[in-house]
Amino acid sequence: MAKIIAGIGTSHVPAIGVAMDTGITEQPYWKPLFDGYGPVRQWLDEVKPDVVILAYNDHCVALSPDTVPTFAIGVGDELLPADEGWGPRPVPVVKNDPELAWHLAESLINDEFDLTIMQQLQVDHGLTVPLSITCGQPEAWPFKVIPIEVNVVLYPQPSGKRCYALGQAIRRAVEAYDQDLKVVVFGTGGMSHQIHGERSGLINREWDTAFLDDLTANPQRLVNLTHVDYMRDAGAEGIEMIMWLIMRGALNDDIKEVYRHYHIPVSNTAAGLIVLENQ
Amino acid sequence: MNPSPPPRSVKEQLEDIPGTYVFSKERARLGLHLNLFFSSLLKPENREEFKRDEAAYLAKFPLTAEHRRCVLERDWTGMLQLGANIYHMSKLGGTDQRTFQYLAGCMAHMSQEDYRQMMMAGGRPLEGNRSKSDSTPQP
Repeated sequence: MAKIIAGIGTSHVPAIGVAMDTGITEQPYWKPLFDGYGPVRQWLDEVKPDVVILAYNDHCVALSPDTVPTFAIGVGDELLPADEGWGPRPVPVVKNDPELAWHLAESLINDEFDLTIMQQLQVDHGLTVPLSITCGQPEAWPFKVIPIEVNVVLYPQPSGKRCYALGQAIRRAVEAYDQDLKVVVFGTGGMSHQIHGERSGLINREWDTAFLDDLTANPQRLVNLTHVDYMRDAGAEGIEMIMWLIMRGALNDDIKEVYRHYHIPVSNTAAGLIVLENQ
Repeated sequence: MNPSPPPRSVKEQLEDIPGTYVFSKERARLGLHLNLFFSSLLKPENREEFKRDEAAYLAKFPLTAEHRRCVLERDWTGMLQLGANIYHMSKLGGTDQRTFQYLAGCMAHMSQEDYRQMMMAGGRPLEGNRSKSDSTPQP
């Protein structure tokens, strides 16, 4: 049986990918951020998941203004790094697990979660930066990746409550899959940040700290946060954090925080990383 | 005793966030063709064509005169007000080889250096920036 063993929450700031791709991670601006990534890379190397289910958002690259799926799942064999306007990132092609991905699509839709099915999907920094953060710069990514794409760009985004429930449905679907696979679920985006308008640069360390704490201590508080709560208090683009609730919903009630890293600033953003193990 | 004010709608609450243009249904409708223009810049050949003659390239899209002016003058806040989505707009920033931080500084009416310093010092605080009734955005 397939089994979810852990969850990772991480920011996916594009500048983190640029810093790695251009080899400047030892510079004073970047070093404190990247020093905090060592332990998670070691943890992942020891755990060796077969598959990662990764909740992220496309930043208007693969999806044009024409079509905004609320939730989508990529089921194609390969996910090519996208050209975001300055050429694709020099990172390995991402390999999907199409059998498990199609199983998820079928199970989730039959479980009343009506995801859009995408047979071809190019992936932007929202998906590749979390892989770079957690794996470094390998020649091939060490696990397969199933993308769950979420609309966090156009209001109305799905609620945090709905994201959490989707995570719970993902867990049911994984547990009903008859192959022995170790699965880790990623929730990406955030943490507090705003990158548009006169209020650009908003950071809320207190909010972020409470969010990281309550993933373990009080997930129900996070489930009940509203669109206004996120956009007003964590910055308009801070609403990306609803995607962390997909990860949290996919885990057991009883979890243990095994690692946390938090750093301000990365470009316009507060960067967070957390590793949560099922007990 | 005065009755308590009626609860505000989600829209009213989102529009009460200062210095913020939530990408709402109204902005998505207003900005559709502007965002389709930005989206076209994802193709390298279109970026080159746009750079050769910006006005001629823009003429291919059914934009308003005000949309065109904002693009040609790189009036980033003006574009937001006319329905640009920040992630679509960043493709124009990318075509100009500008970073997200550069765009953010422009929209915040700050020099790149002042903006960078603000971020190094912990970013813009929520206090004073939570509601339009608080004040205008504070560094």
